[in-house]
Amino acid sequence: MNTDGDLLHTVTADNISDSRKRLGKLMVWGTALFCVMLALLQAIYQAGSIGIGFETWRPILYAYMLWATALCAAQVIVNGEKGKRTLFVLPAALFVISLVVFPLLFALYISFTDWNLASPNGPQPNGWDNLVQMWNDSFYWNALTNMVYYVLAVSVEYVIAFGLALLLNAQIRARKFFRVVFLLPLMLSPVAVSWMIGKSMLEVRFGPISRIIRDLGGEPTFFGDPEIARFMIMAMDAWTFIPFIMIMLLAGLQAMPSEVLEASKVDGASGWQSFKEIIFPLMLPVSVTAVVIRIIFKLKLADIIINVTSGGPGGATDSVTSFIFREYRDRSNVGYGTLLAMVYLVLIVIFVTLFLKLVSRWMERPA
Amino acid sequence: MSVIFKDHEAGLRVQTKWWASRTAIYMTLSIWAVVCLFPIFWTITTSFKLAPDVMKGNLIPWWDFTPRWKGWESIGLSPRLIGEVSTVREEFFKRFWNSAVVSISASLLAVILGSLAAYGLSRFSYRFGFMKNSDISFFFLSQMILPPVVLALPFLVLYKSLGLLDSRIGLILLYTLMVLPIVIWIMRDQFQGIPIELEEAALVDGLGIWGAFMQIVMPIALPGMVAAFILSLVLCWNEYFFAALLTSTNATTLPVMVASQTGSQGINWWSMAALSSAAILPLVIVAIALEKYIIKGMAAGAVK
Repeated sequence: MNTDGDLLHTVTADNISDSRKRLGKLMVWGTALFCVMLALLQAIYQAGSIGIGFETWRPILYAYMLWATALCAAQVIVNGEKGKRTLFVLPAALFVISLVVFPLLFALYISFTDWNLASPNGPQPNGWDNLVQMWNDSFYWNALTNMVYYVLAVSVEYVIAFGLALLLNAQIRARKFFRVVFLLPLMLSPVAVSWMIGKSMLEVRFGPISRIIRDLGGEPTFFGDPEIARFMIMAMDAWTFIPFIMIMLLAGLQAMPSEVLEASKVDGASGWQSFKEIIFPLMLPVSVTAVVIRIIFKLKLADIIINVTSGGPGGATDSVTSFIFREYRDRSNVGYGTLLAMVYLVLIVIFVTLFLKLVSRWMERPA
Repeated sequence: MSVIFKDHEAGLRVQTKWWASRTAIYMTLSIWAVVCLFPIFWTITTSFKLAPDVMKGNLIPWWDFTPRWKGWESIGLSPRLIGEVSTVREEFFKRFWNSAVVSISASLLAVILGSLAAYGLSRFSYRFGFMKNSDISFFFLSQMILPPVVLALPFLVLYKSLGLLDSRIGLILLYTLMVLPIVIWIMRDQFQGIPIELEEAALVDGLGIWGAFMQIVMPIALPGMVAAFILSLVLCWNEYFFAALLTSTNATTLPVMVASQTGSQGINWWSMAALSSAAILPLVIVAIALEKYIIKGMAAGAVK
C-alpha cells in the first residue's frame, strides 16, 4: 500500500484563532490534571492517610474517559480539518493502548512478585525467583513441547482443508448445501464441542464411537493413553477449525483466473500436474495467510483442553494456556502464572516474527 | 467433458472415468458432511433420550427410541413446563441474555471503532511520533498475537479495583479488544476496494470528509461491515477463557454455564445435551441464514 501522502486530498483554509487553540489545550491538560489528581487522592485514601475517597477506582475510570473524550475533541478544536482526519484513528488507538499497554506493564510488574491471591501480604517483589522456578518446572516445558505438536498438527489440517476446498470448487451440485454444512463446526463454541464430542461421543461406556470400536473388537481408551489423548484433542480442535482454513482457501481458488487452468489443460497437463505446477504455486500467498492466522489461533488453544482433560493424563495434553489457567484458578499463584504468560508471549512473538520472515524470504525466492 | 462418439471405445472409457471421478467426489463430500453433522445430530437427539436409550445406544428417533422432553424439562423448556414458573429456565435465560448482550455490544463497538480506524488508515497518512501508517496498521493487527493468558491476570486485578469484576461492561470491553484486530483487517480490505474518486466527487460537491464517509462510503461498505459484525459475534458468543476467569454469578455467559455443568458427575446426559443444543442453536441458525456474510468476512483479506 502506498503510504506516502494522503490518498484522499483535502484542501482547506483553516483559520484557527489563538484563543481556540488555547481552549483546546486547556481542555486536554485540565482533564488530564483532574484525572491525575483524582487518582492521587484515591491512592492516598487507599493507603489510609485521609478520610475522603471512593469505594472503588471507578470514578478514576470515568475521569480517564473524560480525558480521552477531551483529547479527541481537542484534535478538531486545535487542528481543524487535519484533526478531523486524526479522529478516525484516534478512538481505536486510545482504546487499544489503554486496554493493552497499561495491563501489559502491570503484568510485567506482577510477574516479578511472589503474589499468591491466598496470601495476606499482597505482592512482594522477589527478583528472579520466578524465573528460576520456571526453569525447573518440568510441567511448563512439557506444555511448551505439547504446543509444538499442536502447531505441527496445523499442517495436517491444512492438507485436509485444501482437499475440501478443491472439492467445493469443482463442478458439483448442491454446492451451497455442502458449504453451509462444512461451515457449521466453526460456529460451535469449543465448550459445547468439548461436551458434545469429548465427553459424550468419546465416552468409554456409552459413546457411539466407543461402541463402534468395541464392535470392531478393540478396547476404547481415549483419554487414558497420553499419545491418544493428545491426538483426540488435536482432532477436536481440527474439527472446529478446518472450515476456517477451508473457506480462506476456497476464496483463493475462486479468485484464481480460469484462463491459466484452461491453458494448462490445452497444453495437456494431467490433473495432478496442473495442481502441482499451477494451482498450488498460485495459492501460496493465500495459504500462508490462512496458515499464519490458524497458527495464531492455535497458540491460544485452551478451552477444549480445560473442559475435556484439564491437562491430563499426566500433563500430556496440556497447552500453555490451560496450564496457566489452572495455575491461576486452582493455586491462585498469580505472580508465577503471569511470569509464565509473559515468557510465553515473548516466545510467541519471536516465533511468529521468525516464521513470517522465513516465509517471505522463501516466497521471494525465484522458483 | 466432451464425449464426441458415444459408441466409440475411447468415448466410453472417458465416460466411465468421468463417472468414477463424480462418485469419488460426492462420496468424499458426503463423508465429510457426516463428520460435520453427526456430533450436532447426536447432541440434539440425545437431548430427547431417556437413560435406557443412552445406555442402549439408540440413535434414530421414532425408529429405535421415542423422543421424550426429559432433557429439555431440566432447563425448563418443554411444552409441559413452558407455562409454569421455572427457576432453571430463568437461570438459563439470564445466561443467554448475558451472552447476547455482551457479544452484540462488543461486536457493535468493535465494528464502529474498527471501521473508522480502517477507513482512516486506508485514506490518509498519519504520523504519531515515529509511527507511520504501516506501523499503526501493524500495531493494530499485532494485537491478534497477544494470547489471552497474558492479559487475564492484570485484568482480574484491574477490574477488581475498578469494581468491574463480574460485570457485563467489563466483558464487553475485553471482547471488543479481542475482535478489534480482525474487524480492522476485514474493513481495511473493504475500504481499499472502494474507489477514491467517489469521495473526491463528494468533496467537490461540498461534503466534509466525515460527511463523505457517512453518506457515500458507509452505504457501500455496509455488506463488509455486516460480515465483520457476524464474525465478531461468533467469536464473542463462543469465548470461554475470560468469561470463566472474570465472572462469577451475575455476568456469566452461556459457555461458562455449559462448562460448569460438564464437571458434575453422573450421566445426566439428557440435560447436558439439551443445554448444549440450546447453546449452539442460535449460531447454527445464524450460520445457515447468514452463511454468505460469514464466508465474505473470512475471505476478505485472504485474497488480494
